[in-house]
Amino acid sequence: MNQKSSMFWAGVRAEFPLLIGVFPFGLIYGALALNAGLSPAAAQMMSSIVFAGSSQFVTAQLIHDAAPGLVIVLTIAVVNLRHMLYSASVAEYVKDLSMKWKVLLAYFLTDECYAATIIHYEEDGMKPTSHWFFLGAGFSLWFIWQVSSALGIFLGTAIPQSWPLDFALPLTFIAMVMPVLKDFPVVAAALSAGLVALLAFSLPFKLGLILAAFVGILVGTILENRKSPGGAL
Amino acid sequence: MNIWLVFLLGGLITFGMRLSFIYLFGRFQIPQIVHRALRFVPPAVLSAIIFPNVLMPNNQFDLSLGNHRWMAGLMAVLVALWTKNTLLTILAGMAALLILQFAF
Repeated sequence: MNQKSSMFWAGVRAEFPLLIGVFPFGLIYGALALNAGLSPAAAQMMSSIVFAGSSQFVTAQLIHDAAPGLVIVLTIAVVNLRHMLYSASVAEYVKDLSMKWKVLLAYFLTDECYAATIIHYEEDGMKPTSHWFFLGAGFSLWFIWQVSSALGIFLGTAIPQSWPLDFALPLTFIAMVMPVLKDFPVVAAALSAGLVALLAFSLPFKLGLILAAFVGILVGTILENRKSPGGAL
Repeated sequence: MNIWLVFLLGGLITFGMRLSFIYLFGRFQIPQIVHRALRFVPPAVLSAIIFPNVLMPNNQFDLSLGNHRWMAGLMAVLVALWTKNTLLTILAGMAALLILQFAF
């Protein structure tokens, strides 16, 4: 096996444990999207075009709540803002690649792909074929996401309406947020955002969500800067 | 707005953000303050979605025993703290809600 394909498969292997967690996510997404009123084609296309789990869940919810398109687009942007941080983090490792490669790898730069790839770069350093590892991690995640979304869409109609399937959404988010709550500023950001979301719930167009997110981010940033004043600005 | 246009714009913005610093590397330095603020994006956004979903099931704040969702949500929080396992957290929360609905 040549260098490129062995790197590709190393990326797939590193991604594998994450794929096990992603598969049920995709199933739930597919079923939820149909439940929210999306057509099967639209639900599947969202998995390919947007290709970002949590924002797809939120979008399905917003479509269900008949939020205006502009608000949905803005929400997708806010929910996916963190990808800019991943982009900044991997930038130096892919700086010598062609534009075609940069575009391809950027499309695959999801939470789970980033998690596996950055560990590889940090442990193994930058090698001439390292980007094949990135591709292996990203493509395998993409493939599993498409397949599991499709299966969820297929099974979705078989699930009775009376089942509280929509509750899978906040549960999924609880599972995602809990491991992040490691220090005081993060906990404060989460609690203040949650509180503002409750207080501002009646604002039109789901604007309460965006307001709450910005308040949370602001509270966390301010508290962190107070903790380490030397690092402020 | 057409649903396909929403996906297209949402997808383009997401892709643009993923490409942003890969493309700009060497041309622009990400400000420290932005770097710090981005860390708070996931907990803030996710909590802003979780809280109303769990505490306001009928668009009204409800922390009574008649609202099964906050109890099931609390169950999920505890399982998440204990196991740190995504799938178990979702299953435990769902099981708690189904049992509460069935029992009461």
